[in-house]
Amino acid sequence: MQELTADAAIELRRIDKSFGSVHAVRGASLRVERGSITGIVGENGAGKSTLMSILYGLHRADAGEILIDGRPVEMASPRDAIDHGIGMVHQHFMLIDSFTVLENLILGAEGGALLAGGLAAARAELARLAGEYGLAVDPDARVADLSVGEQQRVEILKVLLRGARILVLDEPSAVLTPQETDRLMQILRLLRDRGVTVVLITHKLREILAVTDKVIVMRRGEVVAERRTTETGAEELAELMVGRKVRFDLDKAPARKGETMLAARHLSLVDGRGVRLLDDISLEVRAGEIVGIAGVSGNGQTELLQVLSGIRPPTGGEMEVCRRKVDAAHPVDPAEMRDLGVAHVPEDRLRQGLVPAFLASETSILGYQDREPFCHNYLMDGPAVGKYCSDLMERFDVRPRTPGLRSANFSGGNQQKLILAREMARNPRVLLVGQPTRGVDIGAIEFIRRELVKSRDAGCAVLVVSVELEEILSLADRILVMFGGRIVGEVAAGEADERALGLMMAGARAA
Amino acid sequence: MSASRRPLPGWVEIGLLPLANIAMAFLLVGLIVAVIGVDPFHALKLLVLGAVGSSESIGYTLYYATNFIFTGLAVAVAFHAGLFNIGGEGQAYIGGLGCGLAVLALDGLLPGLLMVPLAILASAAFGAAWAAIPAWMQAWRGSHIVITTIMFNFVASALMVYLMVNVLIAPGSMTPQSRGFAASASVPSMQAALQWIGIAVAPSALNLSLLLALLACVGVWIFLWHTPWGYGLRTMGQNPEAALYAGTNLKRATMLAMCLSGALAGGVAVNELLGVHHRLVLDFAAGYGFTGIAVALMGRGHPLGIVLAALLFGALQQGGAELNFEIPKITREMVVVIQGLVILFSGALVHLPRPWLQALFARRG
Repeated sequence: MQELTADAAIELRRIDKSFGSVHAVRGASLRVERGSITGIVGENGAGKSTLMSILYGLHRADAGEILIDGRPVEMASPRDAIDHGIGMVHQHFMLIDSFTVLENLILGAEGGALLAGGLAAARAELARLAGEYGLAVDPDARVADLSVGEQQRVEILKVLLRGARILVLDEPSAVLTPQETDRLMQILRLLRDRGVTVVLITHKLREILAVTDKVIVMRRGEVVAERRTTETGAEELAELMVGRKVRFDLDKAPARKGETMLAARHLSLVDGRGVRLLDDISLEVRAGEIVGIAGVSGNGQTELLQVLSGIRPPTGGEMEVCRRKVDAAHPVDPAEMRDLGVAHVPEDRLRQGLVPAFLASETSILGYQDREPFCHNYLMDGPAVGKYCSDLMERFDVRPRTPGLRSANFSGGNQQKLILAREMARNPRVLLVGQPTRGVDIGAIEFIRRELVKSRDAGCAVLVVSVELEEILSLADRILVMFGGRIVGEVAAGEADERALGLMMAGARAA
Repeated sequence: MSASRRPLPGWVEIGLLPLANIAMAFLLVGLIVAVIGVDPFHALKLLVLGAVGSSESIGYTLYYATNFIFTGLAVAVAFHAGLFNIGGEGQAYIGGLGCGLAVLALDGLLPGLLMVPLAILASAAFGAAWAAIPAWMQAWRGSHIVITTIMFNFVASALMVYLMVNVLIAPGSMTPQSRGFAASASVPSMQAALQWIGIAVAPSALNLSLLLALLACVGVWIFLWHTPWGYGLRTMGQNPEAALYAGTNLKRATMLAMCLSGALAGGVAVNELLGVHHRLVLDFAAGYGFTGIAVALMGRGHPLGIVLAALLFGALQQGGAELNFEIPKITREMVVVIQGLVILFSGALVHLPRPWLQALFARRG
């Protein structure tokens, strides 16, 4: 009904875009109504980010038209997009930590040789926007001192300050706690009610259902469906995205726990400046169980994984890994950890898990490069590595199955599957997994979680760190909550409820 | 902005782009030469003939190229490990000290078959040792390798002047150079070597060190791309966190990369001292270390590319010398300007012709 009367803020007509041999967007057409929240969902590599990059002038379409407010426009660069009132909030914040909020806001629009004028104007404008949209942020706070949610608000303010009437958000909740996400949703609703058009790119169906008016589903570069949010549900959307039925619940048998493979006793880690990153951490993981560590990112999970995997020695306490004792005086390096049977799927796959410039085959042996069958007599065996990589790709359904392709050219989900394949292929006794499905699409999430459970059932001791509460709830047999470098609570999987865990994650309550 | 992301066909990327860069550099050189009143086409002809016009000039071109291969490889190995070694100059120089000390101490005792390999090892070992100090300071103390290696060039230079003037100078000599090496302690010249197999070429400074340089290319290629240590170094260069995760000891890898780099730079001493001067002299490494950076960049860090870039720079060096000889108006400094422009266009401005090539090939494709 509204669809007929409301005019389109954005209309894309038959957009087509190829990168070399990859046809990223195929004749995609869509309309976004003015003053609405429209969600664009799709798996990684479905073309949603490419489509939005075209809208924002970062890429040029090979064919097709872009209409803003009904008029055809040329988007040659982000400058054009900004001139047409489009603002983009990226998944990774583009803020300068050591600057104040106000200084960040005027970056690129300083307004003259002296900053004072621009700063004063921005301060006045900020006060107005804060009142109008409920986006209150202290203009004189340093960005480094703000929480992640507040930093995101600064990003939103930045584009509003540039006069954006159309706001595109790319995976905005990836770094937020459940509570912060709720705040974001409130803000988006308020923006819509004030006439701003919002486009939300995400693969979290819960958010789509909570906040959008309309959902556009993309699959393999095409727009495959458009639904009013009130007329659809998670199952249908997931099915449309993946192209087949998706099961959300993992059915797994109760854990058959064996002996303790990984134990930490009063572990602590203090950095060079005396900051206590880990504080009196004690935990144990037994063979055949999955222990989940929940928490908002930045509460010591990264450091815990570093210590447990041997990348950083602890400064206090001790741990026992597959019967080997480790403490500050007896450190262990990651190579030794691998020898003990500890595999580690790191949190940040692009910075730790793989080398983007390396071939997939090179990535498939990272950390195992000096072992048989990849290396004999000090020389690496290229064909053996290629063959091994092909096998891994086959077993873990990594696409495309091209060991000679650069790691950077795989989608996030396929990179993650390759890393998991590498770490799980050697039947480790302990498997440390950080953010198993961060930035991974629904089809791959299902697959990865099932593989983790399989590994558990094969007798591996699995420790999963994730900021996705839902993931921890569905995977773990036992849940530990981390806050401020400490473990603040432990809950058995059956007794966990999301609200209570959320409060613990925010440091509000200890169990 | 979006244009720069469009890929070019492989042969354009590897073949045509560098040629376009060089052509642009020569265009500018031509303009400058014309301004000082020399016919640019005549100058170009002299330059080319001077570099490859006779077997003697080819010999000299290859002799210079030998030095550039060594220093280019040295820079490239460090670069693959994420380390910018500016100290090839000093490492080559100190490599020469090692070479000289070994020969001066032992050339009366050992036959050539033992002496030469030992002198080569001494060059490499001293070059490696000179690189090891900045590497150690980087790995354990966090002193930036760019700063320390460049300062070590000056230290090397001062040290050599002191040693040559006060310690190693040949008794009774007025110039700061050592006594001549025994005939057994020399790398045979290419002319002599080719004569053994019945090929006659004009004498030049070219010697069998060229083969050592080519061998080093193969060695570097195998090391970087076909051994686990090379894999570890490349991982560290691309992504230190991933290397740490993979169990590479970053401190040890830094030492390894820099020592290897310094040892390769030491190859210059082999070419210069064992191949040409047959005594320890001052400043034999001058300029090669720095040009090696351009050679490595232009060769994209790959041994094959480094050989090609070294040939180009060898030809410029030799052709430039001839040019200066034939046309005194084109001074030594002018020749350096030519080299500089080639470096500028194929280094800093490497992507300048890209949009034009893209337009050209986009229309066709």
